[in-house]
Amino acid sequence: MTDISKDVMAPPRSFLSQDAIQVFYRLLAALLICAVLAVLSDSFLSLGNILNVLRQASLTFFIASGLTLVVLTAGLDLSVGANVALSACIAGTVIHKTGSPALGILTGLACGGIVGLLNGVMVTALRIPSFIATYGMLWVLNGLTYWYMAGETLHGFPAGFRQIGSGYLFGLPIPVYLLLVFLGIGTLFAQRTIWGQEIYAIGANPVAARLSGIPVAKRLLLVYTVSGTMAGLASIIFLSRLNSAEADIGESLTLPAIAAVLIGGTSLFGGVGTVFGTFIGALILTLVLNGMNLLSVSANWQPLVTGIIVILAVWLDMKTRRRAQ
Amino acid sequence: MREAAVVSEPNPLQRIPGVAIVLVLLIALFSAIAPGFLSVANLSNVLVQSTILTMLALPMTLIIMTEGLDLSMGAVLTLTSLCVAIVSLATHSMLLGLGAGLLVGAAFGVANGWLVAILGIPPFVATLGTLGMAQGLSLIVSDGQSVVGIPHSVRDIYSATVLGIPVPIVMALVTYAAFHGLLYHTRFGTYIFALGGNREALRYAGLSPNKLLIAVYALGGGMAGIAGLLMTARMNSGHPTAGLGLEFDAIAAVAVGGTSFERGNGWLLGTLLGVLSVGVLRNGLNLISLPSSVQVASVGVLVIVALFLDGLRSRA
Repeated sequence: MTDISKDVMAPPRSFLSQDAIQVFYRLLAALLICAVLAVLSDSFLSLGNILNVLRQASLTFFIASGLTLVVLTAGLDLSVGANVALSACIAGTVIHKTGSPALGILTGLACGGIVGLLNGVMVTALRIPSFIATYGMLWVLNGLTYWYMAGETLHGFPAGFRQIGSGYLFGLPIPVYLLLVFLGIGTLFAQRTIWGQEIYAIGANPVAARLSGIPVAKRLLLVYTVSGTMAGLASIIFLSRLNSAEADIGESLTLPAIAAVLIGGTSLFGGVGTVFGTFIGALILTLVLNGMNLLSVSANWQPLVTGIIVILAVWLDMKTRRRAQ
Repeated sequence: MREAAVVSEPNPLQRIPGVAIVLVLLIALFSAIAPGFLSVANLSNVLVQSTILTMLALPMTLIIMTEGLDLSMGAVLTLTSLCVAIVSLATHSMLLGLGAGLLVGAAFGVANGWLVAILGIPPFVATLGTLGMAQGLSLIVSDGQSVVGIPHSVRDIYSATVLGIPVPIVMALVTYAAFHGLLYHTRFGTYIFALGGNREALRYAGLSPNKLLIAVYALGGGMAGIAGLLMTARMNSGHPTAGLGLEFDAIAAVAVGGTSFERGNGWLLGTLLGVLSVGVLRNGLNLISLPSSVQVASVGVLVIVALFLDGLRSRA
């Protein structure tokens, strides 16, 4: 990297920047929701429920964190949910056939990563707009998964493997530890590495990024591959938590992941947002859905509420950005 | 990538080859490998089954011409189909059912247009949000169950004929004629070309691009309402997941039909041929006993290839 590139890059994001203020507001919102739910429902503050919320939020976060990088480049990955389903079904088959969880995990991650790489190729080499390319991929993956599973359900995995999704360590669910690890890695990568900063720069101004010597295509390939691999990771957690795999497990995952990214303050127009914000976004969304659950609202209402939240989040983002300008 | 002002009919010679070749190739392929594909009964089956898609793909063409997209169309169709079923079940009136479907569909269309035009939310996210809302409402009004026992007057629409032609095909042909007239022979049609090609020109001419955009999306929602009637008639019931994913077939038909996603020009006859291509592809794969999952995947591949070619053309 030359010095020129640094001039056009977004300034390094520290925790005391504009972003920090945005994250602070969102933390307040999360606390407010907690307070309301604690008043409305007796069981909300129980340890079991709080751990449950954290575990649910971590599942959304795994998918949403990779997606955050894609959205930071002003792209979108609509195939994440379908990717989780395919990866889970393939990883499950491998575990059943070989009896080796490690091999299954590797296969799941690889499957997710390859799908992500293909998305990246469509966006960079074929120059198809990302939301259409990944939307096409969604249906290709859906078709493949349903064809591969042929209506079957994979069930019953080794006890050790099931610990990943449902086990505890020092009283906390294991996915929560994974969440902290990936939150740390994601934040460090985006905020503190040159590649991370280049991703912000691409989203803020792709032409300036290219002219300043950033290998735009390579970085885009990277973010789509990371997004796919994180979907692969989520598929492993899902597989191990549900102890079963079906072709339709991914259908209700994409919209919440996008919602988490947008609630977390990452702008659809690229260049603005943080992985930590996405964590808060996943937490807020999970709290809302958990609250509905505790208040005995039918699960049928979840897509409606998630849809409204997506639109509200984009609208609020655009409003605050307009005011800032 | 916008061309200056594209207000003329596109040059057909440039376009016809692409989509026509796809259609002819698919027909030739399935004539060779799928037994019974070329029978009159099967071909008329393809046509009847393509009618719902025609009613979605034509307004989708206009929406894509405005550099927009409507991902909610399949979910809205599902919801309107349920509305038709529920209202016609309660009132025993097909027309009231259709009215309810139209109203709900148009309301979603206006909401999409409002989110895109007034709030300025990118169309693919705005309509993804309304997709979730329509899907949720479908589950809520049906409680996740099928709505059965709808009156004969609704069911008969799908099987009745006029002068020997099935009613759905008549409806699709009328819709095509109406859209052709609207796009190529009215001022509104010219404005739609301008919405994609040159929005500034509309403003200078004293028109409101926002109102026009809302009208285009509302048209899409309303057509999903009419298609909802056909869907309910075809399934003889309302089902909370009946139309999910149909917007993808519609986008596929538009993309294969040669309407550009980047240049704001569209071609309705191409969309019609695109609809038939998707219909022939699904029917042919069905005849050679490939499951619907493979059909879905092939439509996905079709879209990606079509968009790749579109990208090549727009750079050429």
